[in-house]
Amino acid sequence: MATAPLIELRNISKRFGGVRALDDVSLTLDAARIHCLAGENGSGKSTLIKIVSGVYQPDEGEILIDGKPVGKLDPATSIAHGVQVIYQDFSLFPTLTVVENLALNTFLREGKTRIDWTRARKMARDVLARLDVTLDLDATVETLPAAGRQIVAIARAMLADARLIIMDEPTTTLTGREVERLFRIVRDLQADGIATLFVSHKMREMLEISERLTVFRNGKKVTEGPISDYDERSITRAMTGRDLHQGHFQAPDVSGREPRLELRNVTVGDKAQDINLTLMPGEIVGMSGLIGAGRKAIAQAIFGLRSDMSGEMLVDGKPVMPKNVPEAIAAGIAYVPEDRLSEGLFLTRSIRDNAIVSSLSRFAPHLWLDAEKAGEETHKMFGEMAISAPGIDVPVGTLSGGNAQRVMIGRWLMTDARVLILNGPTVGVDVGSKEQIHGIIQDLTRNNDLAVLMISDDLPELAANCNRVLCMTEGRITGELAGDALTEEALDAALSNEKQGEPA
Amino acid sequence: MRFLRSSDAIILAILAVAMIFIGLVNPAFWQMSNLFSLLKENVVIGIMALGVLLVMISGGIDVSFTAFAVAGMYLVVRSMVALDYNGLVLPFASAIIIGGLLGLMNAGIIHKFKMIPLIVTLGTASVVRGLVLGLVGTSNVNINKMPEALVNFGKTDLFVLERANGSTYGLTAMIVIYLGLAVALHLVLKHTMIGRSVYAYGADPEAAKRVGFSTGKTMIFVYVTAGALAGFAGLLHSSMIWLANPRDFVGLELDVIAAVVLGGASIFGGRGTVLGTVLGVFILVMIQNSLILMGIDTTWQRVVVGAMLVAAVTVTALRDRRALV
Amino acid sequence: MMMSETKTNATSRPGLRGWLKGEAAQTNVMLAVSCVLVLIAMTALRPSMFLSSYNFESMAFFMPELGILSIAMMIAMLTGGIDLSIVGVANLAGITAGTLFGAMAGDGGSGALGLGPVTLGVSAALIVGLLAGLLNGFLISVLKITPILATLGTGQVFIGMCLVLTGGPAIVGFPPGWNAIGNGKLVGIPVPLVIFVLVCIALSLLLARTSFGLRLKLIGTNPKAAVYAGVKRGQMILYSYMLTGMLAAMAGILLSARTNAAKSDYGASYLLQAVLIAVLGGTNPAGGRGNVLGVALALISLTLLSSGFQMMRVSNHLIDFVWGAFLIGVIALNSWRRRKGA
Repeated sequence: MATAPLIELRNISKRFGGVRALDDVSLTLDAARIHCLAGENGSGKSTLIKIVSGVYQPDEGEILIDGKPVGKLDPATSIAHGVQVIYQDFSLFPTLTVVENLALNTFLREGKTRIDWTRARKMARDVLARLDVTLDLDATVETLPAAGRQIVAIARAMLADARLIIMDEPTTTLTGREVERLFRIVRDLQADGIATLFVSHKMREMLEISERLTVFRNGKKVTEGPISDYDERSITRAMTGRDLHQGHFQAPDVSGREPRLELRNVTVGDKAQDINLTLMPGEIVGMSGLIGAGRKAIAQAIFGLRSDMSGEMLVDGKPVMPKNVPEAIAAGIAYVPEDRLSEGLFLTRSIRDNAIVSSLSRFAPHLWLDAEKAGEETHKMFGEMAISAPGIDVPVGTLSGGNAQRVMIGRWLMTDARVLILNGPTVGVDVGSKEQIHGIIQDLTRNNDLAVLMISDDLPELAANCNRVLCMTEGRITGELAGDALTEEALDAALSNEKQGEPA
Repeated sequence: MRFLRSSDAIILAILAVAMIFIGLVNPAFWQMSNLFSLLKENVVIGIMALGVLLVMISGGIDVSFTAFAVAGMYLVVRSMVALDYNGLVLPFASAIIIGGLLGLMNAGIIHKFKMIPLIVTLGTASVVRGLVLGLVGTSNVNINKMPEALVNFGKTDLFVLERANGSTYGLTAMIVIYLGLAVALHLVLKHTMIGRSVYAYGADPEAAKRVGFSTGKTMIFVYVTAGALAGFAGLLHSSMIWLANPRDFVGLELDVIAAVVLGGASIFGGRGTVLGTVLGVFILVMIQNSLILMGIDTTWQRVVVGAMLVAAVTVTALRDRRALV
Repeated sequence: MMMSETKTNATSRPGLRGWLKGEAAQTNVMLAVSCVLVLIAMTALRPSMFLSSYNFESMAFFMPELGILSIAMMIAMLTGGIDLSIVGVANLAGITAGTLFGAMAGDGGSGALGLGPVTLGVSAALIVGLLAGLLNGFLISVLKITPILATLGTGQVFIGMCLVLTGGPAIVGFPPGWNAIGNGKLVGIPVPLVIFVLVCIALSLLLARTSFGLRLKLIGTNPKAAVYAGVKRGQMILYSYMLTGMLAAMAGILLSARTNAAKSDYGASYLLQAVLIAVLGGTNPAGGRGNVLGVALALISLTLLSSGFQMMRVSNHLIDFVWGAFLIGVIALNSWRRRKGA
């Protein structure tokens, strides 16, 4: 007898204003299966999570749990049916202890008004034993590393009698070993009859852990099936909607010229060690590696955001050691952060304000802002970056991801940046815009003689846009791929084995 | 020993050092009569501080509680005088209810309009003080008019000692009420879901909502309790000083907030203990009252309190120091 | 969440119509309308008294000190902060000047002090404001203390220093030159009003037309992004509190010059009123938004309102009530508008 699926979504649509976040999507999640939901940022993954967890109500469509329609699903009902979401930020209480974070949830569900501390400790100990991990029960959660916090979040979900645990990008903050532990835990959960929905955009993990795969693109389901039907190529194509890029970025011949950026034996705290790196003008050098491999720390150190860098750094042959961002900018360094919304843009301010902020001293040498000149140059940048917006006075918050990113990059055009560091240059950018942004980056590099350091998790992006790619593992540069050796497969192999690639 | 590493232990150590120091400067500090009067001074500020502690754990700040204390005190005392009523239970219950209802107003505005608590409570404080002074009256109710029951209640001593010259002094029984409330609040915060929900909300309101805490209920609990404590403290104050002054408590907000911060609570929420607050109140009151003993002019009192607040928040800011950017 | 490009079809063209679409402009139009409404209502109720030139003149004398404090508050709020010490700074500035005059005049009384000492007094008061602001800015930007607690504490220290300097009672007997700042007229216009208008013009230019103003607003909009964009956040916040302190000191000069006295607890109700006027004038207490015109219009409408109440013999306490109720009303209205706009 076929049992009804745990959760079935039928023809779900959800609109926000004029944007269709989900468009007629159906999805079936079976009990005790590991399912992977893939898609780029903005493809509707997070909207789907919020619909399953009852945070959003769909505009159209039907939700069935255990084969029965549930009508309007609110968070409490969803939890009562055994749905638990582990968000990227884990939603834990940092100033409370591990015991409290684990037990409060359960007591809350049971409608308790008093707290039975003996029972709380027993519950916490038992569930951590089931997960086969040890944690200090009385430590406050803020003192735990990310992996520890994730364990607490998973344990909390288990205590809630979860039948389905949804994990939103669970591996972003984990090291290789911690990912392995997570996978073991997920398999143990499966043995206990708990289903997992992985929401991710990382190829390797999907192929390793999941049994079924669903891919979203632009709010629509584009493909679904058992994981054995897919390989990386087909997943990428489904996620991005384009075929793999052939060919590489050709860097000009710059032999004999001074390197734009040179790092000699640079160490950044405990994040990165013995980094030696040379960027020539006109080069786009990629940097791949798992999150936590130290890529971001290096980028931040070069940009003056960290105080724990040691070693030598030279820009155009001159030694610089930026203590803060203004010094880095003065040295000709520019940085496009990964999280555009929180670290990059001023959403309620105009395109002009966002564009001129880093070159303000040029428009206002003595306090007084030359609005005319600022407007003119912003217009010029606006044109060069092909931004589509009604004008330079509209707030950046009204722009699409692609246009917002162009403003971010355009900001640095207006400084005399010679080294451009891009962290996740097309995260959250729609497919069409993506290629245009790649084109812009390549043109800028050629025409402005820039040296670009491109950090990305998007392997096709690295393969297509860089003339060479450095691989980082646990704080060290462990390999370099260039020329014909630079392929997605090679990049992926370097990542998945965490082994050293041979310098090309 | 977890306790030894806690901020409560540090505060206790600071208190001990301060007491030894003051005692060395002027041994009169250790006289029983001085210690008793210090404890008496703790009562009203301490009860208000318990309310402020609750608000700060929830991540807010409250500057309206002194106005609520005035409302509770003055409305009740004036009504008692007008009705010639002479009891205890009903008046204190009324003061608590008045404070609680005003607290409910804070909770409603803060929760509904998602506005910064400081600005909301600045507004409600002005509203309440304005109404009390504008509609009810501006004149003091003096000792000769004060209801006898209240005055007698305020005079109750736990025990009385005799000085060498024959005069007597006692330890006020109100300290029992204060410590009883403190213990009760400690138990509620530590052992009930609503108590933990305050910490959870203060630590991360969004996470609290996701886990399923009713954040509206938490806000109501926090601000109603703070208001009720303030109303109660207001009436208790007038019964202890045999006077109901509608302009009382002006500027006391700061002393109370300083005491709570001194006691280790964080304005970012999620942190703070009753024990720490009780100790913080004691340190503040002790230093304020010991300036004379140490031969410092009382005009320096506010400078000292302000400096203590700045010092305490500096220490907590260093403790809670967030990431670089 | 990024909106799609289709949502940006609304044209935003420069010029008056474009300006009218801005949120700040809408607030200002509303405020201007409410000024006129209050004026009409009060005139209808008490025409002879309200419209008297005496009434307007007295408003012109006492409004500027509150106005300057409100602008100071707005500057602190631009970066997402607040300054609860402004009244303390104002009084400390006035008392410092008063103490200085007392020392300079000796036994002869301050009546003989001329322009030189008065200038010295003004400078001393402004320097006090600058130093007070420097202290606040240091605590907030270097030691990273929350503005609320830092300024609550320093406010007490400043008031405490007032008490230490005066011993409690008010300082009286300022020189005539000092009085002229608060009560004099310049070509028929009250001097405080002239000063206020100049401050308004200077500050609105500073906020709207200089890199400093833009940087402050950007810090308030997204402090983290400001650091990533190379804005010297700590330095800018330090400057903004120094400016706030200076403005507060300026208000203190006007207050002591108008009343010919300085005391530690003068103008205590100004703190709430300054917060209210700043918020009513379209300042976002969470940072990033604020303009001088809005604050000035909010000041005028609330001054008209309370002057009208005073004429109707409503007690001062009830006016406090009205101010508080107004603040809450504005909060409710802003929240409603935000929700509608979202």
